[in-house]
Order: sequence, then C-alpha cells, then structure tokens
Amino acid sequence: MANKDRVALPPVNAQKTNLTCHFCIVGCGYHVYKWDENTEGGRAPHQNALGLDFRKQLPPLSVVMTPAMTNVITGKDGRRYNIMIVPDKQCSVNQGLSSTRGGRLATVMYTPDGVGKERLKTPRMHTGDQWVDTSWDDALAIYAGLTKKILDSDGPSGLVFDCFDHGGAGGGFEGTWGTGKLMFTAMKTPMVRIHNRPAYNSECHATRDMGIGELNNSYEDAELADCLITVGGNPYETQTNYFLAHWVPNMQGGTLEKKKKWFQGESFDKTKVIIVDPRRSPTVSICESIAGKDNVLHLDIEPGTDIALFNGLFTYVVEQGWHDKDFIARYTKDFDAAVQANKLSLDEASKITGVPVAKLKQAADWAYKPKAGGHRPHAMHVYEKGIIWGNDNYLIQSALVDLVLATHNVGRRGTGVVRMGGHQEGYTRPPYPGDSKIYVDQEVIKGKGLMYTCWGANPFQTTLNAEQHRRVILHRTAIVKEAMANLRGATTQQTIDAIYDAVKNKGGLYLVNINLYPTMLGDAAHLMLPAAHPGETNLTSMNGERRLRLSQKFMDAPGSAKADCQIAADIANAVKKLYQAEGKTDMASRFSGFDWKTEEDVFNDGFRKAGTAGAPPIDSQGGGTGYIATYELLVKAGNNGVQLPIKEYKDGKLVGTEMLYMDGKFDTADGKAIFKPSQWPGLPKPVADQKAKHRFWINNGRVNEIWQTAYHDMYNEFATSRWPMAFLEINPDDARSLSIASGDVVELFNDYGSTYAMAYLEPAIKKNQTFMQFAYFNGIAGDVTTPWTDRNVVPYYKGTWASVRRVGSLEEFKQTVSFKGRRFA
Amino acid sequence: MGNLVSRREFLKFTGGVAAGAAALPTNAEAAQTADAGSTMLPYKAKPVGKAGGLAVNQPVNFTFPDASSPCALVKMGNPVPGGVGPNQDIVAYSTMCTHMGCPVAYDPAQKVFKCPCHFSMFDAEKGGQMICGQATENLPRVVLRYNTKDDAVTAVAIDGLLYGRQSNIL
Repeated sequence: MANKDRVALPPVNAQKTNLTCHFCIVGCGYHVYKWDENTEGGRAPHQNALGLDFRKQLPPLSVVMTPAMTNVITGKDGRRYNIMIVPDKQCSVNQGLSSTRGGRLATVMYTPDGVGKERLKTPRMHTGDQWVDTSWDDALAIYAGLTKKILDSDGPSGLVFDCFDHGGAGGGFEGTWGTGKLMFTAMKTPMVRIHNRPAYNSECHATRDMGIGELNNSYEDAELADCLITVGGNPYETQTNYFLAHWVPNMQGGTLEKKKKWFQGESFDKTKVIIVDPRRSPTVSICESIAGKDNVLHLDIEPGTDIALFNGLFTYVVEQGWHDKDFIARYTKDFDAAVQANKLSLDEASKITGVPVAKLKQAADWAYKPKAGGHRPHAMHVYEKGIIWGNDNYLIQSALVDLVLATHNVGRRGTGVVRMGGHQEGYTRPPYPGDSKIYVDQEVIKGKGLMYTCWGANPFQTTLNAEQHRRVILHRTAIVKEAMANLRGATTQQTIDAIYDAVKNKGGLYLVNINLYPTMLGDAAHLMLPAAHPGETNLTSMNGERRLRLSQKFMDAPGSAKADCQIAADIANAVKKLYQAEGKTDMASRFSGFDWKTEEDVFNDGFRKAGTAGAPPIDSQGGGTGYIATYELLVKAGNNGVQLPIKEYKDGKLVGTEMLYMDGKFDTADGKAIFKPSQWPGLPKPVADQKAKHRFWINNGRVNEIWQTAYHDMYNEFATSRWPMAFLEINPDDARSLSIASGDVVELFNDYGSTYAMAYLEPAIKKNQTFMQFAYFNGIAGDVTTPWTDRNVVPYYKGTWASVRRVGSLEEFKQTVSFKGRRFA
Repeated sequence: MGNLVSRREFLKFTGGVAAGAAALPTNAEAAQTADAGSTMLPYKAKPVGKAGGLAVNQPVNFTFPDASSPCALVKMGNPVPGGVGPNQDIVAYSTMCTHMGCPVAYDPAQKVFKCPCHFSMFDAEKGGQMICGQATENLPRVVLRYNTKDDAVTAVAIDGLLYGRQSNIL
C-alpha cells in the first residue's frame, strides 16, 4: 500500500483533550484533536489548531506530526471524525518528543479496517468447536453462575486470575481498584498472578524492605546527576523520551548552568555514564556518541554476577572511606553487618564478573569519589529488568541499595535509586487476601484451579517455563471444550453444570480472556469479554516519577467493549443477584459496593478513599492524600498532572512531591533505612545445569519498535514489516559455525522447551551469547526459561541457556527486513 | 468559520493542494486520488541525473518536489527493492528525518541514512525501512522513473509524507 503524502490538519475549533501515552512507564503527554471528518484546518497558523505555518516547510524540531498520528474514527452515532494525536510541548516529561511507540497512538485507535480490526467488540463464547458472538447478559450469566458454583462448592481458591496490576493501557487506578475489589474483597481469592510473573508479588521487595520505594526521584534528576548509572536497563529503547529529554541534555553539557544554580559551590566535570549490562545495547553506543567514549563506561559483566559487582564496589568504597559516615549513622541501620556480609575484594569481584579491576576502580572513581572541593558526587542509579529478572531479584536489589545508601545517593537532588519501569503504574487495591506468595503457574500445572480469568494479561507469552504452562492449559481447557461440544440446546444452568463437571471431575480448566484482542489465549479460552483502553475510557495512571495524569475519553470503545472497572462491576453485580435470589445476604453483601456509573466513581471509591476516615484498608500509590485529586483538578493539571504523594491544593494547583526521603525519613517503622546482607550465591542449580548443557546464553528483552506482547503491533504493518518474528541477535562467527545467516529461522531448545526466532547477525554480541526479543507473538522467549524463581517468586528470565539450530530460510524475511546494525555510531 | 472549509469544497477549489496556494492546479484526477490518501498529488516530474553518471555508493543531493525539500539519489551497486536503472539499483529518499526533520546523513559503509538528533537510522537498501529509531514512518522514498532511451532518471512522486508538511506539495 502506498504511504500517505498529505494529512488533514485540525481546525482551530477541534476538540482537544489530554492523553498520556499508555505504553511505557515514561507516560509522555499527548494532545488529541478530534473534528468532523468533512472539515480540515487551513495551513496558515491562525487556521489550524497546531498554530503552525504549513504554507512553507517547517524547520527541523518544530513538530512531530506524521500520518501514523492521524486516523478516522466512527462514533456510536455513525458520524466520522478525524483524530490527530501529537506530543505536548508543554509536558515536562517529553517536552514535545514522541517515541516510535507513542507516535502511533492514533494508529491503534479502533477503526473497522485498521490496526484495531481484530479487537473484541462483543463477548464471545466458545461452543466447543467454534466461537460465537453473544450478549453481555448471556456471557455474565455463565461467568457469574460458574463463579458462584465454584465459590459455594470449592471455595475461593478454585478461582484463578492472571491480572494486570499497573497503569497505562489495561489498568490505571480505576482498573486496578475495580478488579482488586472483585478479586480480593468479593471473591477473596489468593490464586492471583500478575501479568508477567507467576505470583502476586512486587518486583521490588528488597528495596521496599530497606525502606526505599522504588520510584523515589524525578526525571529532572537525570539532568542534574554527575554520574548516570544504569543497571540492566536500555533506556534509549525502553524509556525513550526520559532518555532523550533528560539524560541526553546532561550528557551534552546542556544542563551545566542548571547544576551550578542548584548545587552552588560544587565543581562539575563532564557528565559520566556507567552502563552495567552484559550486552552492548543500542543505549551504550548512543551514549558513547553523545558523551564521548571517554565519559562512558560499559561494565559488561558475566550474566548473573551483578551482586558480586556491587559487593566489590561497596567494599572498595568503604575501604577508601568514600561512604557518608554521618548519613549512615543518623539515618540508617545495620551498616556494619552489611560490610561484613558483602565483603568482596575488587580482585574477587573482577574474577566473578569478568570486568577488569581497572574498570571497576574507574567506575568507583566516577560515581563515589568525592569531587574537587570535597562534595559528594550526585550519582543516580537506575535499574530495570537486568536486575528485576536477574540472579536473584532480592539479593541484587539489596546489594545495589547497600552501595547507594552507603554513598547517600538517595534523597538528594541529582541522585536516586530507581527502577526504570516497564508499564506505567496505577495501583489501588484492597490488601491481598493471602499470607504467602503462591506460585500460581505451578498450581495450574499441578491441576489446581477450576476457572482461570486472564485479565489484560497474557500468560502464554509472558511467563517463565512458558511451554509447559501453555501445554497444560491447552490440554485442560480442551477437556472443557469437549464437554461443551456435547451440549445441545442446553440452558445456562445446564451449561454451567457441564462446565463444572469438566473442571471438577475431569481435570478441565475454564478459561476466560478479558482483553482488547483475542491474543494467543484465544486458542484456549472459552469466553472472551471485550475491554477498552485509554481514550475510550477515562483512566488515571502515574509514571516513573510518580506523575499522576488523567487520560480523557475522546471516543467510544468498539461494539459493546467496556472499561475494565465496569466489567468488574458487571461481574460483581451479576454474582450478587444470584446470592440475593438465594437469600444468602452475607455473600450478597460481599459482592456489594460496585454501583459505579462512571470511571470517576471508581476513582473516588478507591484512590480517593484510601487513608480517609472510615475507609477500609486500601493499598494505594496515592497514599493518604490521594483524596485531594479530583477528575476536575486533574483535567486542569493537564499532561503535567501532579507527582504523588500530593502535598496540598494551593493557589488553584495540585502540589506534589518531586523527590522522596529528602528529610532522611525512610519507609520503615522507625524511619531508618536498613542495610541488607547480600552475598553472591552463584547461579541457581537449574540454571547452572542448563548452562552446563547448552552453548548459548539467551539474554532477552524489549525492542524499541514493539510495545509489550505486540497486542496492537502484531496488526501494524510498520511494526511487523520490521519484526515479522522475534529476532535473535547472534555473533556472526557463532552463526557461521551453525550455518546460520540473517533472516534464517532458528530453533532454541533446552530441557524445558523450545522456541523459534529470526536470526539477526550482530558483531556487537559476544560469542556464545545471544539476545532474543521478549514476549513476542511469533517466537516466545519464556518457552526456554527455567521455572526457578527467587524467594518472592520473581522469575529469572535472564538466566536462560539453550542450544540453537538452523531450521530454514525465509526469502521473505531476507528481502524485506533490514539486518543492519541497530547500534548508532 | 472563515478558517473552516468542508473537505469536499476544499478539494474542489484547490485540486487537492492545500488551501492558500497561489497557483491552483485543476487536475480533477489528482484531486480524487489525493482524497483517497495515495501518493498521487500532482507532482511535477523532475530529471535528477543520468544513471551512467552515478558512482556507486556516492549520494547525489537534489531537491524535490521543491527547493525546500532536500533529497538524495544513490546508486547502491546491487539490485534493491524499488531500485531503477539498468541494474535496478538506483534509489532516492528525502533526507529530512520523518520524526522531527533533522537532516539525515548517508553512511556509505553501512548504506544507511542516520539522524543525529534522536538516532534514527534508515536502510537505503530496504526501501528506507527504519532500522532503529523514534520515527513512525520509514524514510519517504522518491519514486523514480528510468528512461532506457536517454538513460535519464526522473523523480516523479514521493511515497510517504515529508517532515514538516501537511502535504508534500506546498
């Protein structure tokens, strides 16, 4: 298809609303313009809503406005509208920048023939051999009836969930509250896993146990740091505009005046960057291009040895006397125990990590050695999946935060020890109704659970040991399909009885998929309920600097699709009715409190109620001051919103918190941060066993052009023409030894499973190492990940070793896909 | 609503070219196809060189469809998708990055166009496909016509919206 060579401009009176990008954690601010399809704005600046002069060529950096930022949608009234979704120049997060993902926000909005054409529009029921569309009443009767039967006969643990817990698309404070109230207050089931991991857990237990919430600074701090340290992160590709708008100016020296103003009397050398990552990622080469190679240190550690790295640096820093003794004495505890437990010489650290001692010393010099004049450097530490999905989550985080605490790199501007984040956040839920973490995947594999609801989550593409998990689910759900296929003219109750018999007595599992699209779960599901995403519903989230924004609804969801919170309410109300009919008032009251008419009602019931007098216990990222925010005030606050926790509403503005812990009071009972011992444990045995048997380390992660499981992108030609299949970066010498060329399909296999990928020869990849795109719809990296987890059931996705073989060659890939280096130099 | 023109009216009066243009083409066919969103704006063909005069991997700069739209013509040395000429290896692209309009530089070693502002890279041998970067569109491809009789390469259209424009034709 030919590409567009003109677009319609929004007229000056086009409707304008706020939309926070619903993909990555950064949450860039965008404006949505919507206007009648049959009109368009003129090219003179006073004739279009962008206020730009399109009568002549615009100079570079004036705007991002591409055909992907436009679309034509149809309202429920049948009227068609143009939409244009462009980045907000006034938003402090992205400052007018758009990423290749957020730049396609308009493209993914529903149109009957566009990317969204495969969206779920009505509930769908599987009859045993085919899908049929059905009504909400019919679908809810089955869902509620089966739920009640299981609750009455087997108790809450028969009801299993894989549910989102985040912000952005499929989530938000409304979505987490609606689903949380249903799962935890009404159903009271503990059998819940979170979208990309097999239990109900945090990815940041250690830092929280030490008294430090994982999002404790502002994006602005990246402009102020003397040294930027990223551990297991790749911000150019995965937190793009945080990197481009806040890191790059610092690396270029553009924030020097700001630093001088903020930190008077301090000296400033060129900004240094330290990147801890076994792989030379695109971020490494871009940082070198910007800051100069002399100012970038790539610590390419052996996979799984982060703890040894941080313990070596911690020990060295203490030996040098570079730790902040006064801060440690006044605001922390258990320092001496950590010094003893984590003791590791630089020689030993070098031996374990494979990084030369000189480089380790250089890193310590840059990040922790007092500056000329004696001031402590501002070293900002950020981390993401390399740690979170590393060896092992709890211990690495402990080791890193020990080093950060010792050098007082938290609670000072220009510092912070912060997870970079994947999705945005948006957590408001009743407390989890269990006292231990349940490895839900293993329970399902063992045959436990009767009804499994996957809600804005896809455990086929985003779990560990994924092949076995998927095979068991396909087998167990097929048992139910067989039972349903034998029904003829069955009533709702007869259908429920037949399903219950299959799940209770025959080992079956009834699977419900609540989502935007069928996804790969459509292969197993029996019921699918259509959900909505931002723009089709009002939704609040917060980004990686705790910035709360409201994305405003500007169009209808397709068909009868509904917001997640409304679906939760419909389910609860349907179950409540059944209990009322039986006169079971105690159960009916458990399913009460879902009388929400709007998303705002849900926001008021959860986020704004948390911590207020008379409210039930609510775990909320808004804390006890969330009540100050209202939809009205958030609309007014626009794309800059307010950084949680909110301090007050003053002079017509919401006042938030830029940095946590500036007063030295941490989130522990006595306010003191806690050092944690964290000795390097070596590789876990199941992982070490695979490493001993299989040649290649299968590192894995996200790629710039694709968001998450590609639930939208798999229907977007721009995305799929670039990545028709999950790619595997492999060293060219290794590839030659296996007769593999770029564009070949390869199989990766080990004792746990096998998966497929498209080979991409890349000289920057070390020998015997590879990098595979994670969570793709066409090639699932998790299929070859071991079931090993840390103490909190957090997976070690990065701890994957497998063999690789060439399967064959696809001419289509070779002709249409670029296999050139992705590392800018 | 002085600044609001209905779309049909607009096309009727401007022939698919944006409002306010001094010269109004009246090509009805162009108007219809522009409405369909294809690459059929009434571009004025422009000769950009002789195939035999091009050195392999040495880009030749030109402007198209007007002086404020820089483009580059490159002979790749091997047949590529969309290539014209005796070896089907001549391609041309806009050199304004589709993301924010910074000038992309041709790297002859990789045969890619690179943007210094936000590090997007485009493959000259794969129709301008973005290799990695922040654009949402591949590099606009200049549609070329090759005449075997006189060896002339002519730019006839652009596939993809040029940066900083509502329409490729001002």
